[in-house]
Amino acid sequence: MVVELGHYALILAMLLAAAQAVFGLAGPALSRERWMAAAPSAACGQFVFTALAVGVLIHAFITNDFSVRYVADNSNSALPLFYRVTAMWGAHEGSILLWIFVLSVWTMAVVARLRYLPTEFGARVLGVLGVLSFGFLLFTLATSSPFSRLFPTPADGASLNPLLQDPAFAVHPPVLYTGYVGFSVSFAFACAAMIEGRRDQLWARWMRPWTVMAWAFLACGIALGSWWAYYELGWGGYWSWDPVENVSFMPWLVGTALLHSLIVTEKRGLFKSWTLLLALAAFSLSLLGTFIVRAGLLISVHSFAADPTRGIFILGFLVVVVGGALVLYTLRAPRMQSTAGFDLISRESFLLFNNILLVIAAAVVLAGTLAPDIAGALHLGTLSVGPPYFAPSFMVPVLPLLALLSVGIHARWKRGGLSHAKRVILTTLVCALVIGLPLSLAVYGHPIPLAPIGGVLGAWIVLSSLVDPIDRIRRRLTLSASLVGMTVAHIGLGVFVLGITFVSSNSIERDVAMKPGQVAMVGDYAFRYEGVRDVAGPNFTAVRGTVTVTHDGQLVTVLHPEKRRFYVQDAEQTTAAIAPALHRDLLASLGDNVGGGAWSLRLQYRPLIRFVWIGGVIMALGGMLAVFGRRQRGPATVPDAVPLAMARRTPA
Amino acid sequence: MNQQIEGAPTQPQEPEKGSSRWRFALPLGLFAALLIVLFVGLMHSPEKDLVVSPLVGKAAPQFSLPNLVNGGQPVSNAALRGHWSLVNVWGTWCANCRDEHQTLLMIKQQGRVPIIGIDWNDNAANATTWLQQLGDPYTQVGEDPNGVVAIDWGVYGAPESFLVNPQGVIVYKEVGEITPDVWREQFLTRIDAAPGTGPPPTTGED
Amino acid sequence: MHSPRCSHLRALASAALLIGLVWVGQALAVDTTPPLPTPQLQQRYLALTHELRCMQCQDESLADSEVDLAGQMRVEVHDLLLKGMTDQQVKDYLVSRYGERILFKPLFNLRNAWLWGAPSALMLVGLLAGWRIIAGRRRLVDQDPEEPLDDTVDEHWTS
Repeated sequence: MVVELGHYALILAMLLAAAQAVFGLAGPALSRERWMAAAPSAACGQFVFTALAVGVLIHAFITNDFSVRYVADNSNSALPLFYRVTAMWGAHEGSILLWIFVLSVWTMAVVARLRYLPTEFGARVLGVLGVLSFGFLLFTLATSSPFSRLFPTPADGASLNPLLQDPAFAVHPPVLYTGYVGFSVSFAFACAAMIEGRRDQLWARWMRPWTVMAWAFLACGIALGSWWAYYELGWGGYWSWDPVENVSFMPWLVGTALLHSLIVTEKRGLFKSWTLLLALAAFSLSLLGTFIVRAGLLISVHSFAADPTRGIFILGFLVVVVGGALVLYTLRAPRMQSTAGFDLISRESFLLFNNILLVIAAAVVLAGTLAPDIAGALHLGTLSVGPPYFAPSFMVPVLPLLALLSVGIHARWKRGGLSHAKRVILTTLVCALVIGLPLSLAVYGHPIPLAPIGGVLGAWIVLSSLVDPIDRIRRRLTLSASLVGMTVAHIGLGVFVLGITFVSSNSIERDVAMKPGQVAMVGDYAFRYEGVRDVAGPNFTAVRGTVTVTHDGQLVTVLHPEKRRFYVQDAEQTTAAIAPALHRDLLASLGDNVGGGAWSLRLQYRPLIRFVWIGGVIMALGGMLAVFGRRQRGPATVPDAVPLAMARRTPA
Repeated sequence: MNQQIEGAPTQPQEPEKGSSRWRFALPLGLFAALLIVLFVGLMHSPEKDLVVSPLVGKAAPQFSLPNLVNGGQPVSNAALRGHWSLVNVWGTWCANCRDEHQTLLMIKQQGRVPIIGIDWNDNAANATTWLQQLGDPYTQVGEDPNGVVAIDWGVYGAPESFLVNPQGVIVYKEVGEITPDVWREQFLTRIDAAPGTGPPPTTGED
Repeated sequence: MHSPRCSHLRALASAALLIGLVWVGQALAVDTTPPLPTPQLQQRYLALTHELRCMQCQDESLADSEVDLAGQMRVEVHDLLLKGMTDQQVKDYLVSRYGERILFKPLFNLRNAWLWGAPSALMLVGLLAGWRIIAGRRRLVDQDPEEPLDDTVDEHWTS
């Protein structure tokens, strides 16, 4: 009974989303104030019923209602309560529902901030969001309802994939989706601006905090996923350029470009059509990612029978939403030209190249990800594209980008040039060389050519980002939230670059077969294998090994890698033992019993790997600081008819 | 398009107005191209990519494997010469091989081609028991516990089957289970279509 | 369908993929292939096994995959290197058996030129576009009356 309630709630939510779309879009078009006022109410209703559906599904999981197919497929009565709740997003149907729920939460956030927007604009934003909600709700109800029943009811469920029985998994998908879906708000703002045919750039100011927030969540989600893969999969990898990873990375890259171009648009009224295009692209790539993952494109070879109706549906949805927005763009963008000018050496130029390089980086990832399909479609044979393509190709736009950042951060608007900053640039570069070169050449040793470059670039970014804030503190000037946020985010990037550089050039990995008492050297660390014994967990049994690690005769740590067998699925899972530290991680993972008392083990040394995720989280933190630290604006008082000259100049 | 306020000179932006409008349709064009790629990718079964083996049309790789039957002749290319044959890669660990087994027995009954088995990634004891229990459709079975021959034949899963013509050339590869339909449509049609291949002499049916 | 030995784990990993996780792979492989006699050979072996794809897996290299076939192929690579084959010969051999899909690094050839050329071509287009935009804007710089403050980073979102 309760379960059917969830189904009805979804239907109601879909109808309310339709109402939200119609009122939001038709209201301003026909100048019906009542309709415009109805859009937020419809949005609230949509949120309530979506939340109800989510609650019903979680309830079904908690109460072990295996008459629900989705619960029976993804849960089990032996599963701990916590994982029964997180199992809600353990597979396709539930994660689409989560997607919809997150979209409705973002919609509610827009509703809460509606008074800061002109009425018509706000209604249009809600209208566009309503279209998106409607499409996804229709998708769920038509192709993948999580509430379908199973008859006869099985006595117990199939349980959750052991890889997903992990605390990070509880957090990773919701955070990632919050980022993904957050770009829908930027998308809706862009569409609303184009529908209105606005010539000013106020929309850029309105859009910016939303974009930064979505971007920060996405950064956090990606970092969490990388961290989860690292310790859960146990092979020491944190990024493998897998299509599923790439589709989350592309919106992030485009989102990064977007939040930089928004600055130029807001401040100078430049690049308006470009900024709109990026806002459309960031969300379109999120949708494309959903398409690629859900429809099983790119991955269906390996696994399940992909359901083509789902693919067709999402493709149709892409055509309507993205195609519609791009048609609108084709019609409206040409009138957004601006007459502002700037010189070659100016902040505008640097941000322009920031955008160009970031978009190229995203395009390279897209080309590599779709290459097997493109080659297939053009009859160019079959191919695989893996890290050996992505890593060097990605460097082509990204290395110049990193170098330009440290210079461009000092550039002034319009024609301010850089002459004032020559000394600072030189000083920071020299300091970066002094820090980065010895680090890569002496401390970590045997470098590949990229190591010193990465080390210097990372250090240079951190130092350059600090110049302006320190200068302002010395001159007793205020530090605005956006400056603090920007500085923190750039420092995060520098930390991230340092981490990536050293972990990719200086990691050591050894596969060895060892008998108890044997020692293997991994770099300067001596790993001594002591033996294995059997242990039991809540829903698994395991073989647990003991490895003591010493450095110069000093005991560093004792590692307990496990090989678990989950008895519900009869599946094995290797759980690596990790000794984390800021400057290096040590890992041991258990392979197989190779006979004669010996086990095969993979031993690893990964320097600075923590910097990769810490860097990502610092970046996200920077975004959050910029959004939540800023002073509250007053309600939208700027009438639509405000002359451009006034709107363009930042009101004091 | 040019009615920017603030009394700015009207002169800028005169040039290339015609082309600049088209510039804004470029994203739409790119999106359309992307859609085509996605649509083709969705419609075309990815399994097909895998079925296309580079070995089709080439001579079957040389091989020689110990016979599953103790003391039997080694199983090698000699078994393929002078007649059509079906080379079937299987293993007792492979669930689909069990399903396929019935079809293989039927093929043996038909007697159009001999079936040469390659027991991959397996051990002889298991394989012998399996054949005793389920019946033996093979004329010969070679033991390939370490996948040396399987890799040489480009095998990446089981079951996989190769149709080899009398000249020892691989004509077709089936990835996955052979069902009676597959047998009729993919294998028999190819054998029948080949010039000079009448009904085989040993046939019991037809 | 076609079942590799680890079909169970594979199904699990695919289930994880289905939900749109960012990361999914399979459990770890610990390479039990005996080491090659010289460090140079061993180095080449490691490089090769990372550049070849496990044909049964979702984007995993031979080196990282735990499926049996990957293990057997590692042994094959090991044996071929021991026989004195060059890296290119090993790759050619496997491509002749499995097709280009087995290479994680697409071949440098005319057919794949668009893929390998993409980064440089995009850079060229990007630079040209950037240059044109800047050239256009420079012509406007004197007519543009606006004089933005230089240290305005702090004004961005306040009003």
